Amino acid sequence: MAITSIKNLKEFSTNNDRFEGALTLCPGCAHSMIVRELMNCTDDNLVIASNTGCLEVSTAVYPFTSWDTSWIHIGFENAATAVTGAEAMHKARKRKGTLKDNDAPVKFVAFGGDGSTFDIGFQWLSGAVERGHDFTYICLDNENYANTGGQRSSATPIGAHTSTAQAGTHSYGKKQKKKDIVAIMAAHGAPYVAQLAPNKWKSMAKGFQKALETEGPCFINTVSPCCTEWKFDPKDTINITDLATDSLMFPIYEIIDGHELNILYRPKNVLKVEDYLAAQGRYKHLFKPENRHVIDEIQKNIDEYWEMLQRREEARV
Amino acid sequence: MAEKFDLNEREVWDGNYAASQALRQARVDVVAAYPITPSTPIVENYGAYVANGYIDGEFVMVESEHAAMSGCVGASAAGGRVATATSSQGFALMAEVLYQASGMRLPIVLTVVNRALASPLNVRGDHADMYLGRDSGWIQIDAFNAQEAYDLTLCAFKIGENHSVRLPVMVHQDGFITSHTAQNVYPLSDEKAYEFVGEIVPVDDMLDFSRPVTYGAQTEEDWHFEHKAKQHKALMDSRPVIDEVFAEFEKFTGRKYNRVEGYDMDDAEVVIVALGTTVETARVAAQELREEGIKAGVVGIRVFRPFPFDDVRDMLENAKSVAVLDRSSPGGAMGAFFNEVSAALYTTPNRPLVTNYIYGLGGRDFSVNEAKRIFMEQKANADAGHITTDIQQFSGLRGPHLGYFQTKRS
Repeated sequence: MAITSIKNLKEFSTNNDRFEGALTLCPGCAHSMIVRELMNCTDDNLVIASNTGCLEVSTAVYPFTSWDTSWIHIGFENAATAVTGAEAMHKARKRKGTLKDNDAPVKFVAFGGDGSTFDIGFQWLSGAVERGHDFTYICLDNENYANTGGQRSSATPIGAHTSTAQAGTHSYGKKQKKKDIVAIMAAHGAPYVAQLAPNKWKSMAKGFQKALETEGPCFINTVSPCCTEWKFDPKDTINITDLATDSLMFPIYEIIDGHELNILYRPKNVLKVEDYLAAQGRYKHLFKPENRHVIDEIQKNIDEYWEMLQRREEARV
Repeated sequence: MAEKFDLNEREVWDGNYAASQALRQARVDVVAAYPITPSTPIVENYGAYVANGYIDGEFVMVESEHAAMSGCVGASAAGGRVATATSSQGFALMAEVLYQASGMRLPIVLTVVNRALASPLNVRGDHADMYLGRDSGWIQIDAFNAQEAYDLTLCAFKIGENHSVRLPVMVHQDGFITSHTAQNVYPLSDEKAYEFVGEIVPVDDMLDFSRPVTYGAQTEEDWHFEHKAKQHKALMDSRPVIDEVFAEFEKFTGRKYNRVEGYDMDDAEVVIVALGTTVETARVAAQELREEGIKAGVVGIRVFRPFPFDDVRDMLENAKSVAVLDRSSPGGAMGAFFNEVSAALYTTPNRPLVTNYIYGLGGRDFSVNEAKRIFMEQKANADAGHITTDIQQFSGLRGPHLGYFQTKRS
């Protein structure tokens, strides 16, 4: 079950710690904050699967492991299927009474980066959600293939520079808009879908708990700022996340049963997206006069999306 | 508890039905599967068992073969009995995960109904998919008919789940010729079959939280080599276990299997070495030729991996001329099976003549007459004391003869 109260961050950060420090993620990487929150917000046993990616390569390099719980990695694309295979096995063995502890509650969680979630593993995720397994999929969205040195994914926003969608004399970076993964997963009819951010750690922990306690497939996209590829100082990870949520580049919201939308965070002062973009090296080129139109387009997209979210929340349909 | 399924002492089953009955009797905990011709009926039959209460386990119909094997890996790491079925393109799509299943030492059973690989698209049987799996680290067992597809599927669980083996196992049967041809099959009762297969005892169980396990770690040049060496050793060391399981199966059924099957081999001078249903066709040809005084014999490879290098050698070392039949497009080389048999024979003092026939691709029929012709070419080789044909030739091909390489003679 979910831990009963989360009073303060210090207490929460040491609760039930099953994610050990022996890892090689970049200093300032938000992945470990998000993973730790997930693992600390429940006392239940956890079976975790990870797609290939930064998290995976940084936490299970033989003969070491950071996972003080059951953990499996198969390939780049199939963590959702691996963990739902385990979930099916749990059901079968529980029915037959062959588990070591037949009554202990178990939660099944898959982690993937945006590359494995939006792109290469999308089919496996979609299939697992359609089948209705009882599991939670968490995307650690840093908007690029960071593990392989920063290539574009379909989560990379328009205008961002990546090694395969470069800014240059003839290009302002990525030309295409980010895929709306939250809407797509909500359209599967999943009982709980959300977008959460580690700077709003209380709402993130609550969202994780909700997903774990909800029976059926749940999907959460988490914003995971990447100091290495977004090009900001590692100490600024949470500051950048603040800019992301307060400029509404990453609105925080949930969708229940595919339709009931709730906004979970409304910034008191909505920042201009310029402030968010200016804090990162990957958007530096947008501030050249010939590229300013891209900033305008990003702002327009944000405004329209926020309007849509508010109207959907109000409509309750 | 699952409903009881009453079986007759003798049933008329095709290979697909035989394999699906073996999965049911093994009380598989999770089948994660995706249908593909010609193995689809295995999955469909299993679906029918589920719908009618004959299955206690979970049946997970996934969205691709890659996901089928991925689900099997997750399920197997979670400590129960796991199986699935596939063919051809589905097998190819699974390929990535096949290596991961064996690398994680998970005893999944995969029934493969052999079929050609596109392009051109072809649904008929050849061994292209079986060959694709040959370096994947799985044990590969080959059934030549429906009875064997049933028997060997039961054996596969017992071999793979043995704690000194802990490897995934494929059981192959020929697409359509075995999978869709109704034959007499003598099944075990449900009780006897389960008594033979036994309970699975999990190792490194992801659902035992008293001892957390990490599956699928990363190793680079520091440890990868040692891991792969251990995997190879596990495959090599599985040979006596396979023999033990076959011996125990004989006690249950009277049916005896060997890693290499020899027919009329005691005094054979001309031999066909083959896989799958071709073994049976070649046996008919050999018996007919024996009536004409030709000492013909047949060797069928029952366990393709681990390859029975020494047994093949022992069985063939006194032959005079050996034809190795590859039912897979060799893609610019000698047939892979030919290469393996040749390598074994090269280490014998006698060194029989060896030739390579590429045949039956995409389900092209292989007849008794074709087998006889191949035997007679071996007879000509044996009489001449050298290979009289091309060393590699395509057999049963339309149009002009296609063959490569001749023996160098001074």
